[in-house]
Amino acid sequence: MLNQGTMTLIDLANPTRFLALTARVLPWLAGATVILLAIGLYQAALAPDDYQQGATVKIMFIHVPNAWLSMFVWGVMSLASLGTLVWRHPLADVAAKAAAPIGAAFTFLALVTGSLWGRPMWGTYWEWDARLTSVLILFLMYLGLIALWRAVEDPSRAARAAAVLTLVGAINLPIIKFSVDWWNTLHQPASVVRMGGSTLDRSFLIPLLVMAIGFTLLFLTLHLAAMRNEILRRRVRSLQMMQASRQAA
Amino acid sequence: MSALAALIRRDIRIALRVGGGALIGVLFFLTVVVLMPFAVGPDLALLTRLGPAILWLGALLASLLTLDRLFMADQEDGSLDLITMSRTPLELACAAKALAHWLAAGVPLIVATPVLGLLLNLDMLATAAVALTLLAGTPALTFTGMIGAALAVTLHRGGLLMAVLVLPLSIPVLIFGVAASQAAITGPLSFGAPFSILCALSLVSFVIGPLAAAASLRHGLD
Repeated sequence: MLNQGTMTLIDLANPTRFLALTARVLPWLAGATVILLAIGLYQAALAPDDYQQGATVKIMFIHVPNAWLSMFVWGVMSLASLGTLVWRHPLADVAAKAAAPIGAAFTFLALVTGSLWGRPMWGTYWEWDARLTSVLILFLMYLGLIALWRAVEDPSRAARAAAVLTLVGAINLPIIKFSVDWWNTLHQPASVVRMGGSTLDRSFLIPLLVMAIGFTLLFLTLHLAAMRNEILRRRVRSLQMMQASRQAA
Repeated sequence: MSALAALIRRDIRIALRVGGGALIGVLFFLTVVVLMPFAVGPDLALLTRLGPAILWLGALLASLLTLDRLFMADQEDGSLDLITMSRTPLELACAAKALAHWLAAGVPLIVATPVLGLLLNLDMLATAAVALTLLAGTPALTFTGMIGAALAVTLHRGGLLMAVLVLPLSIPVLIFGVAASQAAITGPLSFGAPFSILCALSLVSFVIGPLAAAASLRHGLD
């Protein structure tokens, strides 16, 4: 007997049912995202200034959720890649493909906000700090993956190649992170001023958590919408191919 | 076992013959190293300081760019289909091919290192350190790069795209290779720690590389 979880996954394998379900779910998700982000931003605006960093600490409420999602999205893509290679779930490669540009966007925002935060704190827009560097490499890997998707015309062929690469990346990312940490301590011992307090005060923590959940919901909303677009795009493509072959015959 | 040995022998023989192009990698390595003084100036002290980094970058690029054709030539003449269908596990066949490629194209790079070290004003110790770290690290580059080569053959795309995909994965090898050579030359850190991590990276790539390359060949060739 199948349990509930697999039942819904099998149900979702049918793109038409997926489209129908997401059409019902998406407005609620979008609404929840807007409400949570509004609450989070309001609380973030009310949060007290940091005794060392002043008002610039408010960048954190945008920066940290973006950085967390930049890794979370790669995790989602890795799960989807397992779905492509192991279970051959028909929507897995759609999910992986749709997630890549969104993940790249979150990573880019994490880099930009980090660099804007670094300007008043460290006195420079770019510091070869271990975290910044490994996020930059993550960004490069997202771009490479997107380039791979765009380089191959046949979606299913590109899907399997991208799945292998995503999984290799998932194994390699911790190794890269560790080596960059090593490299950084070797080259510049403690020249970077770290954040003032190590433990976050409650007045910072609660808005930060609300923002993190809000951004995760934002990702889910964008991801489901992008998956719908991708399914429809593939349908249009196959209809065009059918029409072209009919005209040729 | 004999099938794998035969595969290794065949690949080395093909690589060394006319049209194989294994030694072009060494020529590329030489050219990259010769270009460096034109970019940074003929200052021997500066070149000594940058030497290990230049040699490592050159070897990295040379060993990844020659990997492009690892599976491509076999697919063109049909032997890749035979390898895929044979009773030898595809993972082991991939590992054998990568080993053959490293012997034919990677080892010459290490042999050429002392000559190139002379051009960069490296002393005996520094040259030996770079050659030793290259010996430990280039297998990792070959075995990770093989994933890119397998993707290249299944997608019919080579060149820049594969370089863009594989180069970020080789960052750890570069970091620890250069760190170990610098540690041997100038100190103060010990040579042992980065060198053993470099060896560990090579060992990990022996597992991940063939598995991923075989998976991509199996799913991609149809």
